[in-house]
Amino acid sequence: MYDVIIIGSGPAGLTAGIYTARANLKTLCIAGNIWGGQLMQTTLVENYPGFPEGIQGPDLMLNMRKQAEKMGVEIIDQDVTRVDFSKLPHEVYVSDVSYESHATIIATGAEFKWLGFPNEQKLIGRGVSACATCDAAFFKDKKVVVVGGGDSAMEEALYLTKFASEVIVIHRRDVFRASHIMQERVRAHPKIKIMFNTVVTDVLGENKVEGIVTTTGNIVCDGLFVAIGHTPATKIFENQIKLDAKGYALREQEARGIFIAGDVHDHKYRQAITAAGYGCEAALDAERYLSENSQHGS
Amino acid sequence: MAVINLTKSDFDEKIKSGVTLVDFWATWCGPCRAAAPVIEEMSVEYAGKIVVGKVDVDAEGPLSQKFGVMSIPTIILFKDGVEVGRQVGFAGKQGYLDLLKKCTM
Repeated sequence: MYDVIIIGSGPAGLTAGIYTARANLKTLCIAGNIWGGQLMQTTLVENYPGFPEGIQGPDLMLNMRKQAEKMGVEIIDQDVTRVDFSKLPHEVYVSDVSYESHATIIATGAEFKWLGFPNEQKLIGRGVSACATCDAAFFKDKKVVVVGGGDSAMEEALYLTKFASEVIVIHRRDVFRASHIMQERVRAHPKIKIMFNTVVTDVLGENKVEGIVTTTGNIVCDGLFVAIGHTPATKIFENQIKLDAKGYALREQEARGIFIAGDVHDHKYRQAITAAGYGCEAALDAERYLSENSQHGS
Repeated sequence: MAVINLTKSDFDEKIKSGVTLVDFWATWCGPCRAAAPVIEEMSVEYAGKIVVGKVDVDAEGPLSQKFGVMSIPTIILFKDGVEVGRQVGFAGKQGYLDLLKKCTM
């Protein structure tokens, strides 16, 4: 039996763990088979306070994990398969193994969104990519397409210009939703071409990407970088917690001992530091909830 | 046994018999840093049963091209020198254990 189970191990989950364990609450963090969250896909993080020279995303997460473990958080690198919050204690399942808790912090974050064609999945790692910082170097002097209109699409496009000969940004609307400064950098870059009002409908190629099909015609290219955003990772919580129409978890569920932190709820800020802040809030709320409820019950 | 560094000169020799798991990686790749400790762990757990190697794609461009690696980390499973499966992107330990199942040892 745990006082707190935390599901997720990004900045929200690990910060929550640091706080609950430090408050002497017996804490289990079910980190996921692929632990650490979105920062594990990044390189230099320049806007997380406390690191004047910046810090590599994976290093930041490794530090947070070590800090949580040092405070006494038990961490298991497996995926939660099912939860039962209909009663107390809560039950959280990893395959057939069930873990029980008095309170649960949900910090599962958001999952990368693919375009969703069979050929796209087949060609991941063969020209289709979700990570320019990982893969840009394989596209030296090649022509690549970036799909998306947010800040991450702008970042991917700008990063790719270091290697690729030509970068085409394709967006389905007539304006980007990226921040002004990022848009300006993209528009001003001589290697980048922008196509608005265009939807990518398929990827061409057998063993590697050879081109794409769009609503305004086919484009020959060597790489396709997808950056159309994220969806909240709440599938396992359907019918267990309150979700909004887009699947984001709503925060007002504390009466049942359920606390929400990070990108699984937050579609507005989505920063490492805000996720960590939400993790702290959830931990303090859980701590208060547990102390109030132990006075009246059990 | 630790993960061995593979280069163009010894690659074919090292993978030609038995089961080999090869991690294509680079220093600048975030997810590769997540994968490295898991791969290291597997090289210890499966010591004597499989060979676990790594290829630095910066130093070994032609090797990466030969196997069509265009995204890292890419982990390729070989049996007697022939590719039997690959996992692109950090897949977590379970992902790599599943990959290993494609080979009977």
